[in-house]
Amino acid sequence: MHPAVSVILFTVSSGAGFGLILMTIALSLMGWVPGMGPGQTLVAIFTGSVLATIGLLSSTAHLANPKNAWRAFFRFRSSWLSREGIFAVLFYPVILVYMIGLWLARDSGSLPWWGLLSGLVASLLALATVFCTGMIYASLRTIPQWNSALVPANYLLLAISSGTVILTLIAALQGIELTVLSGLSLVLLVIAGLAKLLYYIWIGKPQGPTLNTAMGITRAKIKILESGQSSRSFLNKEFSNQVPAKTVKRMRWMVYLVGFVIPAVLMLVVFQTSLTVLPLLAVLLLLAGLAIERWLFFVEARHVVNVFYGQ
Amino acid sequence: MKLGLVIDLDTCVGCHACVVSCKQWNTSGTLGALTDYDPYGKEPNGVAFNRVRSYEVDEYPNNKTVNMPMSCMHCETAECVTVCPTGASFKREEDGIVLVDQDKCMGCNLCSWACPYGARELDQASGTMKKCTLCVDRIYDMELSEAERQPACVLTCPTRARHFGDFDDPDSNVSVLVRERNGLQSMPELGYNPVNHYLPPRPKPNAPIHDGGQLEPLTDRFKKWLNKVVVR
Ligand code: SF4
Ligand code: SF4
Repeated sequence: MHPAVSVILFTVSSGAGFGLILMTIALSLMGWVPGMGPGQTLVAIFTGSVLATIGLLSSTAHLANPKNAWRAFFRFRSSWLSREGIFAVLFYPVILVYMIGLWLARDSGSLPWWGLLSGLVASLLALATVFCTGMIYASLRTIPQWNSALVPANYLLLAISSGTVILTLIAALQGIELTVLSGLSLVLLVIAGLAKLLYYIWIGKPQGPTLNTAMGITRAKIKILESGQSSRSFLNKEFSNQVPAKTVKRMRWMVYLVGFVIPAVLMLVVFQTSLTVLPLLAVLLLLAGLAIERWLFFVEARHVVNVFYGQ
Repeated sequence: MKLGLVIDLDTCVGCHACVVSCKQWNTSGTLGALTDYDPYGKEPNGVAFNRVRSYEVDEYPNNKTVNMPMSCMHCETAECVTVCPTGASFKREEDGIVLVDQDKCMGCNLCSWACPYGARELDQASGTMKKCTLCVDRIYDMELSEAERQPACVLTCPTRARHFGDFDDPDSNVSVLVRERNGLQSMPELGYNPVNHYLPPRPKPNAPIHDGGQLEPLTDRFKKWLNKVVVR
């Protein structure tokens, strides 16, 4: 699949934003992080909303006819893209109410009941939005590498792990105790990394339709003689890409090194020393790693249309 | 009604006449225009509803060329419609034709991702998705004679490899052809249940092949040939 920059930016940024909001609300409701009061929570929530918004706005950049984008809210019953849009839009008023609650609770330190409720609802909406993003891809039977429960699982795990690392950075900037957050980041990064490994192993085995099932000629060898085109059409530009296998392999190593291993090691160091510059480095590396991960997610996806072109 | 095409892989010669007539008809049809990009330049390409690809099946000496035209199969389980967030893509209740409402489409490409057969192409000029309409603007046009109320590709095919009809009617031309010639669906394992069917190539003996051994002397072959052409 063609890796559109706007979609990579969208999924990484809004994933991290929603993950950050989800984890912040969950942690603050449970009161797990000492020193994180309503004021500090507000900063994290605001950052998360900004990240999510950057992502959502950039997602509209890949529409060829954005003036009809408002119509995307009308097929909730069948389309995961429509569901994603609806959850994302519902998220905004709810998070606004929650932020107002946090603002009012700045001094007293105690959140009113409606603040609590809106926090819960907002985190559920954030979760639902990320899940829908994963399901847009996972529901396509035409792309064997995406058609798996591992895809939404990966999207969710990457969102909450990157969100937690960003939360660690925000906490570090505010001088909050980092043990809980860096420990949690470490655990989530390891889990997310293992899940991604599972995905890479799973897509390694050949799967999906072949030219034989496409033409109904079950046994003979088939090769393409002519595509009937003198240059690349929409189908080739959208669905095939000529990234050499060697580059793909190298990029996978990059994903692991930049996206998981180094950030995890940094979190381990923070866990033991509470050094406050390290979370910044971890966030930058992690986001770069995730951008490569998302690029690979598209590059490695092989749409069945390629079969008809003998690829 | 369940309207669709039957395409005979045995008789299709890969001449692309259907591709041309499709483009000619539809570029001024309901979903037109079918934009061309760089038409006189180095890389001419553009929107097409129908494409023909040619394959070599099996290996020498049993090899054979098979041409496979492809357009929208008007699937019964049309996932392209399921995934569309705007409701621009729809499948008609009355005849099963899958269409795109150009006034609603936002050009998100998702339906083209969901189509296994490469039937949907985004028109960069209009920013909307376009696809085969089964010539919905021909087949119901009462101004045309009955014989002409068929998709442009079917009418134009010089080898009569394309057939149009109602798959719900067990006695229609298409149903009979599928039954008698073991018509099949492309990629049935994906479960889209395409309405269009393909008729597999008929089993035919190979053309005689010279084994490459010693040839007769040229003079003898010339005499033989002369005896054949000169009528005494
Ligand atoms: S061939 Fe593709 S565009 Fe046509 S109905 Fe089937 S899935 Fe939809
Ligand atoms: S490109 Fe248009 S028709 Fe296709 S899914 Fe998007 S809005 Fe629907």
